[in-house]
Amino acid sequence: MAATQVIRSEWTKIRSVASTVWTLSLAVVVTIALGMLISALSKNEFDNMDRRDQLSFDPTFISFAGMTLGQLAMIVFGVLVVSNEYSTGMIRTSLAAVPRRGTFLFSKIAVATGLALVVGMATSFVAFFLGQAMLGEHKAAIGDPGVLRAVIGGGLYMTLIAMFSMGVAAMLRSPMLSLGILMPFFFLISNILGNVGATEKIGRYLPDQAGSKIMQVVTPVDDDTPYGPWGGLGIMLLWVIAALAGGYVLLKRRDA
Amino acid sequence: MWRFSVGGMIELEGLTKRYGEKVAVNNLTFAVRPGIVTGFLGPNGAGKSTTMRMVLGLDHPTAGDVRIDGKHYDQLKDPLTYIGALLEAKAWHGGRSAYNHLLCLAQSNGIPRRRVREVLETVGLTSVARKKTKGFSMGMGQRLGIAGALLGDPRILMFDEPVNGLDPEGIHWIRNLMKSLAAQGRTVFVSSHLMSEMALTADHLVVIGQGRLLADTSMADFIARNSKSYVRIRTPQRELLLDVLHTAGITAVEAGNGTLEVDGGKAEQIGELAARHGVVLHELSPQQASLEEAFMQLTAESVEYHAHSAAPQAQPAEQQPWGEGWRRS
Repeated sequence: MAATQVIRSEWTKIRSVASTVWTLSLAVVVTIALGMLISALSKNEFDNMDRRDQLSFDPTFISFAGMTLGQLAMIVFGVLVVSNEYSTGMIRTSLAAVPRRGTFLFSKIAVATGLALVVGMATSFVAFFLGQAMLGEHKAAIGDPGVLRAVIGGGLYMTLIAMFSMGVAAMLRSPMLSLGILMPFFFLISNILGNVGATEKIGRYLPDQAGSKIMQVVTPVDDDTPYGPWGGLGIMLLWVIAALAGGYVLLKRRDA
Repeated sequence: MWRFSVGGMIELEGLTKRYGEKVAVNNLTFAVRPGIVTGFLGPNGAGKSTTMRMVLGLDHPTAGDVRIDGKHYDQLKDPLTYIGALLEAKAWHGGRSAYNHLLCLAQSNGIPRRRVREVLETVGLTSVARKKTKGFSMGMGQRLGIAGALLGDPRILMFDEPVNGLDPEGIHWIRNLMKSLAAQGRTVFVSSHLMSEMALTADHLVVIGQGRLLADTSMADFIARNSKSYVRIRTPQRELLLDVLHTAGITAVEAGNGTLEVDGGKAEQIGELAARHGVVLHELSPQQASLEEAFMQLTAESVEYHAHSAAPQAQPAEQQPWGEGWRRS
């Protein structure tokens, strides 16, 4: 069974369902629009900020503010790509066609990841440039130190969020259960853990907290995070690998 | 016409599936051969679907082995070209069109795109090929499932309860399809919980109950053994008739309610004997034991959920609800 055959098949699958289009479009629109809005608001707020906040002002990071919501659409994309197979019963047809379960799962993830990377990268660049346009005189330029890394990192961040969701969905199978855990986790719990003093030290090792470090250009004053931008992305990658490995092991063992 | 002289065997050896305490499939050993329709018969919950899922490598056996042409399913290169299966209805994404559903299956097994159009034509779904499958009726769904099974032009076809939900025209179509596939030399393995259905299509019969093998026999043998014809006689002159029959070398047995039964189809001969000796007959009727009855007796001990019959331990019903059908049509 050639992997290229399975990849072609998974591409047909992903392009022939409506959920792919609407989840990805939502991720693009929400990330960019919310980023522009918050950039515009920040520009007007800048003069009212205290000295400390002005020193920490990170125009690049602000233009990615829309990702806090946009990533939720990316999570839905990742979850549906995998759990659709289970909720529709397609999984039995799929595994009868491709009985090597590793080939099946990783071809699916490769195709969905490729698509997420293209969409995420485009979103990140557009969000950056439109966000900077909103920021007026406070804007950053793509050639400034660390900015290109942050913008590319934004695309990688969205891709990794989608991959992590695919791994979780492969473990849990049910779309409702997967979304019911991932959405509140990334939207609420992770933020709470990361911002409350007592849990901050644990919170910053969560996938989104660590991964979003890559989008920072200006390190906030008094920041004592023990890893840099790539270190943070590395931590997120470890989470992704763990989720995918868990999904693979369970798929391999389970009856379909 | 044996198009495929080699290959097309499904072989089960000691195949067992346990879910916790419950044994769904218990030490099944049999082989499914090419060129004939093999019926896989058993009451609901007997383990037919579980067995078929293990053939496809979807469920992992607890013990034992099942091989296709000597190989495990996951060792087959492009498995859809070896074995095509119709599993329970609706094993696809309802938001995808019939065409794209079949296309993604074809691509995964290196099957050319034109086959998708061919099988859509074969099952009569060409006109709705671009429609989302969630709008499909049950019958259209079965046809799409069958299209998927035929896609790789496989030597082995496996159908799990294919007539479920089909209208009479669809049932007729699928019976003919199975017969013609077998006539081409392919292996056709089809499950059903209806004896009457099997009697119409199957050449060979594998019967299971509570996961255990109860019979593995040719349909002809099963019919010969289980659907004996006999003649039922009622007469006010019992002694005289028994004498006459005895002299003619015919054995009659008491069957209760004052009736006599004679094995075989000797109604004419008995009628003539009675007329010649002036014996009055109140009834002289050829009877046929139903296959459905034979099947129910075979699986009686193994049926998991007995309906609580109003007449416990009743004799097999006198009327023959299904079993007669196979002879009439």
